[in-house]
Amino acid sequence: MDFLVAHFSQAVFLFLAFFSLGGAVGVVVLRQPVHAALSLLASFLGVAGLFVLARGEFLAAVQVLVYAGGVMVLFLFVIMFVNVRAVGKEAQYLRPLVPLAVVGGLLFSALALTAMWALGRRPPADAFPLVSVAGQEVGNTEAVGWILYREYLLPFEVVSVLLLVAMVGAIVLGRKPKEMEKA
Amino acid sequence: MNAQVSVLLPELLLAGMGIFILLVGVLGRGSQRLAFFLANFGVLASMVAVVGVGERGTETFFAGMLQLDRFALFFRLLFLASALLVVWLSRPFLQRAQQTAWEYYALILFATLGMCFLASGVHLAGLYVSLELMALSSYILAGYFRGEVKSHEAATKYFVLGALSSGILIYGLSLMYGATGSLSLAEVSQKLAAGPRSVAATAGMFLLLAGMLFKVAAVPFHVWTPDVYEGAPTPMTAFFSVGPKAAAFAMLVRVLWVGLAPAAADWRLLVSWVAAATMVWGNVAALTQDNVKRMLAYSSIAHAGYTLLGVLAGGPLGTQSVLFYMLVYAVTNLGAFGLVVLLAAKEYAGEKVADFRGLAHRQPVAAFAMLLFLLSLGGIPPTAGFMGKLYLFAAAVHAGYAWLAVVGVIMSAVSLYYYFRIVKEMYLASAGEGEGVAVLSEAWGVRALVVCALATLLFGVYPTSALAFLAPAAKIVPW
Amino acid sequence: MNELLWTYVGWPLLKILVILLALVLLAAYLSWFERKLLAYMQIRLGPNRVGPKGWLQPIADALKLFVKEDLTPGFAEKFVFLLGPVLIIVPALVVFSVIPFGPSPHLFITDVNIGVLFILAVSSIGVYGIILGGWASNNKFSLMGGLRSAAQMISYEVPMGFSVVTVLILAKSLSLVRIVEAQKQAGLWFVFPGFVAFLVYFICGVAETNRNPFDLPEAESELVAGYHTEYSGMKFAFYFLAEYANMVVVSSLATVMFFGGWLRPFPNVSALAFLDVIPPLVWFLLKVAFFLFLYIWFRGTFPRYRFDQLMGIGWKVLLPVSLVNLLVVAYFVSLPGGQV
Repeated sequence: MDFLVAHFSQAVFLFLAFFSLGGAVGVVVLRQPVHAALSLLASFLGVAGLFVLARGEFLAAVQVLVYAGGVMVLFLFVIMFVNVRAVGKEAQYLRPLVPLAVVGGLLFSALALTAMWALGRRPPADAFPLVSVAGQEVGNTEAVGWILYREYLLPFEVVSVLLLVAMVGAIVLGRKPKEMEKA
Repeated sequence: MNAQVSVLLPELLLAGMGIFILLVGVLGRGSQRLAFFLANFGVLASMVAVVGVGERGTETFFAGMLQLDRFALFFRLLFLASALLVVWLSRPFLQRAQQTAWEYYALILFATLGMCFLASGVHLAGLYVSLELMALSSYILAGYFRGEVKSHEAATKYFVLGALSSGILIYGLSLMYGATGSLSLAEVSQKLAAGPRSVAATAGMFLLLAGMLFKVAAVPFHVWTPDVYEGAPTPMTAFFSVGPKAAAFAMLVRVLWVGLAPAAADWRLLVSWVAAATMVWGNVAALTQDNVKRMLAYSSIAHAGYTLLGVLAGGPLGTQSVLFYMLVYAVTNLGAFGLVVLLAAKEYAGEKVADFRGLAHRQPVAAFAMLLFLLSLGGIPPTAGFMGKLYLFAAAVHAGYAWLAVVGVIMSAVSLYYYFRIVKEMYLASAGEGEGVAVLSEAWGVRALVVCALATLLFGVYPTSALAFLAPAAKIVPW
Repeated sequence: MNELLWTYVGWPLLKILVILLALVLLAAYLSWFERKLLAYMQIRLGPNRVGPKGWLQPIADALKLFVKEDLTPGFAEKFVFLLGPVLIIVPALVVFSVIPFGPSPHLFITDVNIGVLFILAVSSIGVYGIILGGWASNNKFSLMGGLRSAAQMISYEVPMGFSVVTVLILAKSLSLVRIVEAQKQAGLWFVFPGFVAFLVYFICGVAETNRNPFDLPEAESELVAGYHTEYSGMKFAFYFLAEYANMVVVSSLATVMFFGGWLRPFPNVSALAFLDVIPPLVWFLLKVAFFLFLYIWFRGTFPRYRFDQLMGIGWKVLLPVSLVNLLVVAYFVSLPGGQV
């Protein structure tokens, strides 16, 4: 019992990590697009849980609200709207995938090497930068707001123009051609 | 904070005018001429503001995000000038294609905004979002002509591969942050110099490098270039080959020589091989192209290779040569693509080398202008291209990369073959082999070409003042 | 150790159990109340056979759903078909963990510092229950209902979010308890400075719960029963329960954010102190009941919108209005002395 209490956060971490990684693997492996999308949803929720564990509750809520509640619903919407059905089990050719496999392997090995390096490192002194502002402990919401609107004000504004461009682009590429509008 | 906002005036003007153009377009009042006028006004006003704000030395703004030195001043002026010329070139093209211009011009302004922040950014987070702003606007512009299948293809390939490269870039960025605890280039540099480099920093560095080489279209990260350049609307191809490419080089120089300078020994090895491969492959692949846009796409890959020599050389000399080459390349390439824009092509993206047949007999002035641009691209005196290459190769030799300079010279000679195919068609094709198409004399397009031609000659004959202006810009880097 | 176990496991579990039971009963009797009220509005009698005046009708309905055969259509995607009801009922119930029914620590399960965001985030998962249920039924009416609902909920979440932000600016906190306390401090329910925000919020709330006049996902005249056409027995009961639970959530949030939660009207005016004889919990429940009554009143009054009208209202009316309102409120709060 005491062991469980002492290692509670590790246990939760392992569970959530397994959940999010399993979800990510499922996205690739599952043949039915809706199942793959659900798997991605599970992965997102797992990541949100990890955020909570790192005391980033604001990030967790936004992760769920934006990715799980918004982006994924639109993914599903498109999948259902165009009625994508499961990919058949016909023969697949692996040769064209070789370059991709090489690139993926390289990227993965970069990650693996980094993880090994991180294992041998002492944890940083400031373990929870997500909840401190100017040395004072506050909520994660306040900490994110403080950093976002002070240190990162300029990128924040640039991102707002970026989103405007994305919106304009979606409309430009999605609107009917002129002739069709008149008809 | 308010004093800081004033230095943002050029960018605020660009963004404000972009939004204003969108609004006017939505309200449905006003002609296409108004859109053209507003775009011109926005870019020019922003240029005036850039000069007005001027240089602020090594002082940083917005919590270490921006640094308004000579380097930033030069690149922002270059981007704004090329945006202006592209707007001029777009006018005849849009008129012929009967496309609405509002969003088109607004997106050009937004892309330019992103490039301006790339030129002055000294913080990886800011640089990344600026890069994305530029890239996203470019994807949309590549696919702007939705009636054309090739335009679709270009936009899709550009978007997918661009997103991949952004993913790699931000992957490297996050590893770098994990390793050094900062995204500010100066702090990254300090941390890297302080002690032995960790695995994460090395991996982050190479991923960051790969992402940026993707954006400058260096071999082996160039595969998207030919299809995108061929399929995009021609004025946009001109824009991509000049603006975003120069912006990516600005970022590359800043990140490599300010942020990653302590690790120069390692990335120099990689970049030198990439530069060699880029020069060789770009020129060899261009030899067999019949589509002019595709040929110029491979040529732009080759030119990225030459420019990498200057990046590699580093030091005041190398950086100065890179900046000068970007200037030269911009005016030359805009001119060459500008002529393709004005070619009375029969179908979308169907500009063939044969279309230039006999141009010298029919329109000697246009043919002479094209000759000038092609000579400059090939690096023949007295054009600007010669001076640009001279400085690049000199910097490379100076920094101990003589073998690369040799490769560069040999490949420049190879490049003359395909540039001169067009020259041969224009001047030497005998009559009776069928005629090519005419070059249209549309007012704004011609004006843009005249500016480019004059600049190409000017920088070729008298490069001194430009080089003198650029000398302090090369000192951005604490050598 | 035992004391710890009691504080952190036993006591919360007890509270959760009580709230869940109360909620299920509430939902059941809400449906009875709805039928009676609609009957009254339409000059009918309503259910009146089971028990005195039909009092036991909800119990009978529940029993019926409970013992019904659990059907799964042959062409349905089995797993997702099962997942749908789960995904809709769990978020609908989970959000009650942060709703403060009263001031004392015993009257809510927990107070998290991102309360409002937590509710928005968790309830945004509920849309999966609808869209997946509609898809897994493998029936075009269900699919149409599911897709409509997804579009509707995503569209109305945006203006709803902006109207909530207005309250956050006034209260300077995301915690629901602190929002109520801020209203006590200000001596003013936030509905007065934020009346526009309240209107937008409640309209969006009605749309989010797929109720009249925004009940297009289950418009029976065109889509049979929409996304839950193929559901029966307990699975249907989950959809049913979730709809009513969501109505209670929207009403509770409206109460907490705009109508002072458990506070009496004008909490700082001592002339009205006699109102304190009514305990806070009852104040809260009265206000919630009022909003629930509004829901049913709407259903008895308004005709259904067309789908394009629905989208038009969301994007072209509510969104600009909520944005402008947000700007105005933020401006007044930023003025010196503009703190509410």
